[in-house]
Amino acid sequence: MRIDGKGLIDRSKPLSFSFDGKSYRGFAGDTVASALLANEVKLMGRSFKYHRPRGALTAGSEEPNALITVGKGAQQDPNVRATVQELYEGLVTRSQNAWPSLDFDVMAVNDLAAPFLGAGFYYKTFMWPKKFWEAVYEPIIRNAAGLGALGGATNEDDYERAYAYCDLLVIGAGPTGLMAALTAARSGADVILADEDAVMGGRLNAETGKIGHQSGAAWAAEVLAELGAMDNVRLMTRTTVTGAYDGGMYGALERVNHHTGKRGGGAPMETFWRISTKQAILAAGAIERPVAFRNNDRPGIMTASAVRSYLNRWGVSPGKSVTVFGNNDDAHRTALDLSAAGVRVAALIDSRHDAAIEGADFPVYTGAEVCNTGGRKELESITIRTTSGEQSIQTDCLAMSGGWNPTVHLTCHMNGRPTWRPDIQAFVPTEGMIPDMTVAGACNGTFSTHGCLQDGAEAAKTALAALGKKPADVALPEAEDAPYTLSPLWAVAGKGRAWLDFQNDVSVKDVKQAATENFRSVEHMKRYTTQGMATDQGKNSNVGALAVLADATGRGIPETGTTTFRPPYSPVAIAAMGAGAQGKGFAPQRMTTSHKASLRMNAPMIEAGLWYRPSYFPKSGETNWRQSCDREVGYVRNAVGVCDVSTLGKIDIQGPDAAALLDFCYTNMFSTLKEGRVRYGLMLREDGYVLDDGTCARLGENHYVMTTTTAAAGLVMRHLDFVTQCLHPEWQVSFTSVTEQWAQFAVAGPKSRELLNRLLETEIDNESWPFMACGPAKISGVDGRLFRISFSGEHAYEVAVPARYGAALFDLLVERANQMGGGAYGMEALNVLRIEKGFLTHAEIEGRATAFDIGMQGMMSQKKDFIGKTMAARPGLVDEDRPQLVGLKPVGAVKKLTAGAQLYPQGADAVANNLEGHISSVGFSPDVGTFIGMGFLKRGRDRMGEVIRMVDHVRGLETDVEVCNTVFVDQEGERVRG
Amino acid sequence: MRIECPICGSRDRREFYYQGAAVALDRPAPDAGEAAWDSYVHLRENPAGETRDLWHHEGGCGSWLVVTRDTVTHAVHKVELASDVKGAMS
Repeated sequence: MRIDGKGLIDRSKPLSFSFDGKSYRGFAGDTVASALLANEVKLMGRSFKYHRPRGALTAGSEEPNALITVGKGAQQDPNVRATVQELYEGLVTRSQNAWPSLDFDVMAVNDLAAPFLGAGFYYKTFMWPKKFWEAVYEPIIRNAAGLGALGGATNEDDYERAYAYCDLLVIGAGPTGLMAALTAARSGADVILADEDAVMGGRLNAETGKIGHQSGAAWAAEVLAELGAMDNVRLMTRTTVTGAYDGGMYGALERVNHHTGKRGGGAPMETFWRISTKQAILAAGAIERPVAFRNNDRPGIMTASAVRSYLNRWGVSPGKSVTVFGNNDDAHRTALDLSAAGVRVAALIDSRHDAAIEGADFPVYTGAEVCNTGGRKELESITIRTTSGEQSIQTDCLAMSGGWNPTVHLTCHMNGRPTWRPDIQAFVPTEGMIPDMTVAGACNGTFSTHGCLQDGAEAAKTALAALGKKPADVALPEAEDAPYTLSPLWAVAGKGRAWLDFQNDVSVKDVKQAATENFRSVEHMKRYTTQGMATDQGKNSNVGALAVLADATGRGIPETGTTTFRPPYSPVAIAAMGAGAQGKGFAPQRMTTSHKASLRMNAPMIEAGLWYRPSYFPKSGETNWRQSCDREVGYVRNAVGVCDVSTLGKIDIQGPDAAALLDFCYTNMFSTLKEGRVRYGLMLREDGYVLDDGTCARLGENHYVMTTTTAAAGLVMRHLDFVTQCLHPEWQVSFTSVTEQWAQFAVAGPKSRELLNRLLETEIDNESWPFMACGPAKISGVDGRLFRISFSGEHAYEVAVPARYGAALFDLLVERANQMGGGAYGMEALNVLRIEKGFLTHAEIEGRATAFDIGMQGMMSQKKDFIGKTMAARPGLVDEDRPQLVGLKPVGAVKKLTAGAQLYPQGADAVANNLEGHISSVGFSPDVGTFIGMGFLKRGRDRMGEVIRMVDHVRGLETDVEVCNTVFVDQEGERVRG
Repeated sequence: MRIECPICGSRDRREFYYQGAAVALDRPAPDAGEAAWDSYVHLRENPAGETRDLWHHEGGCGSWLVVTRDTVTHAVHKVELASDVKGAMS
């Protein structure tokens, strides 16, 4: 029922929206809940477990009942609180957890079965027989579980992540937060004021009390106008601060576009903020708690403050004849406000015998309690119990108040526990739980408006002092300063189900039963009854439930304690937290300069770390990748192949101590390397295992270029940083990654020199440019570098040019190679070529291999210290019994090898006790004519020629393999020098 | 969590790579013996309270840092350049 002349809604802007297919009217400024109540719709949802009819309990983000689904299809947004969703033209909403309709819900039969479905029902019922679990119980539970559902299609809506920085973060923009922000802002601090509501002001927008000469709402608007005009202030509406983290970090969710329903135009639906602040003021307010009594969950029963909010902020009376029930003076305001607005107040019931109320023009019952209610889908009547007996009162709305709980959540996010204050019968934050946070106002147990304003100003002064700023003098406006008095009232005695947790259908009886069955710890009670779970996380029920538990176990409330508060304060969509990390945003993509050419040649690209590299380059007529791969291997073995090797890490190292650094990082010597020469090097970790391998070229006396494997480029860079900063800061050496500055191509095969000589300014021959030579070279007019190195065992070079010439050079090299009976080759061919020669990748040096294992113990210099030297000499790392690198070829009926397959001796069972090693790399060798592989085998080097078993348990493959040398092609190594 | 890099200023911890205890700065001589090397490579304290770690500002300036912090409160007490700390050791 809409009340004329009340509320902050814009009556000049009517809006139409739908709920469960039916069209309704509301106004700009309405929430779905306020608009439905204005249309006299009270039934908004069905409860989770018993499917009981429910309406809005609250008017805020703590709402447990009125959960709705907004939108359709991929954009469908479930479990939206009707009390938070703002109205816009054409908004489509639906109820949840009801079938076939909200009005007639088949599952409501659960309510009749309630005696069997109490606390612990699942634990007791779905225990046996064991085989029923997967087949019967789990499908049933899964079907019944959950509230709303997603659309099932991929949602293309935009979400965003963002960062913000400030001197002071003020959380909550009620009287406390506004006063704090105003004081700090006028003092020159950079302030962010964040509030979850669409309109800042907090309770000021929902109360009739004045601040100074004007209404609370008008004062709030005035302060906000001033703050909004200041450059050092950022106002963040619709932004919930969801968590407090280490070092002044706060998480916050901004709902950017949910109130417009618009998509696109650059604005996301939601933004997840990480706010870094020097100081914080928590002014999160308090949440009113319900009272547990029989059937206290009927639509039309809500908290007293919610009724006041609907009346004063939205101009809606949730009922035509309202009753109010409470244990404190604050509840009286609801009755007085309603009466002043012309709404009939059927009764005010105060549980306290000594309660006094002035100016009441409605029946008042003191020392009385509501003990039952009537009506099914809407409240129709209540039964009250007074000293003279029970009586029934006709009413369609009951406003209840069990007192207020300060919103302590954020203060407990870093393992803090709140403190019990008996005078207000509530938990308040324990001081100092979050470094650099000041708690003020209602969330600290200060409930009068005057007290909140004063608290806010004081908190700002504390924060400003910590910031080293002088506080500006801000006059405190006059406001009500009524004392807050109450006497405890958690649950009204009597039969029947009195609800504590509306969202999870937990009653007083359930909590008592948990205690009876010895789930006496509050954490056990929570899990046993499910109290405090789901979207509201017990915001309305936690304190009430533990008061009942305390009573049932004969302890006090503080001894009973609370469960743990964890972020987020209210639900955050994964889409917002993970914004930007879907699809291509999941990881950066690194492309070589030949990327477009590879795509043009239809090469399937594979990921190598963050890089994308071509697998192979299919030719027409080829039906599978093996044909392409075999052809490309042939290019290199018989003519000339071209491959982009730019992804290997390249580190440019310069300085007088460059040689010392390399000698210390590689197992072998680099100070003795001649200028203009390249050497293969092996690096160990300090624990003696292999870190990485690669070549290093000496370009000048104090100038080297190191190459690393693609995968370990970052690792090696960090390692060099460690050595030069943490172990030898005295060395004069500097280095930088030049991986992306140089495009580098392998030109490999018997015709490689012939190809290059057509492009090089100065022709080369075997004398001027022997194996392992390097130096500057002008290629097609570009100053580049030429290295005679080989990862294929063939006569080969790598040519490097500044990256901007990479694409052109690749095209040119491939074109020339094609003319000479060769062409581009990809990763598959590269892999076969290196396995044929026994060259390593991280499939072999995977972190568990030692230099001894890979047969490179001879590369460990005796003349110097180097990283890993001491630990590599440990007996266990050079034990002859260790798996050693060997070549493998199939000799059984099956001619296939698989990487990851396990090796067993002939005649032994393929079980763990008999395991002797594994295969690390395989490829089909056109030269050998079968699959070949490399692997690690116990005492492998002594077992050449032995036939052993290969068993691949995963792929179900088995064959006999012969242990052989790791070099399958050109064992004398002549080609590379040709 | 944020770390005050002496070169870059206050930065989000996502920019840093965590290595482990700062004992890694104190590399034993090659002939220091098994116990010293075992301790250097493998043995670590697991304090509830103050600890000194090495962090690498990998997403920033590339500095290795010695961070003194509290494992209980997560407070960061001090951040120094590892090269300065190492330089002062010798």
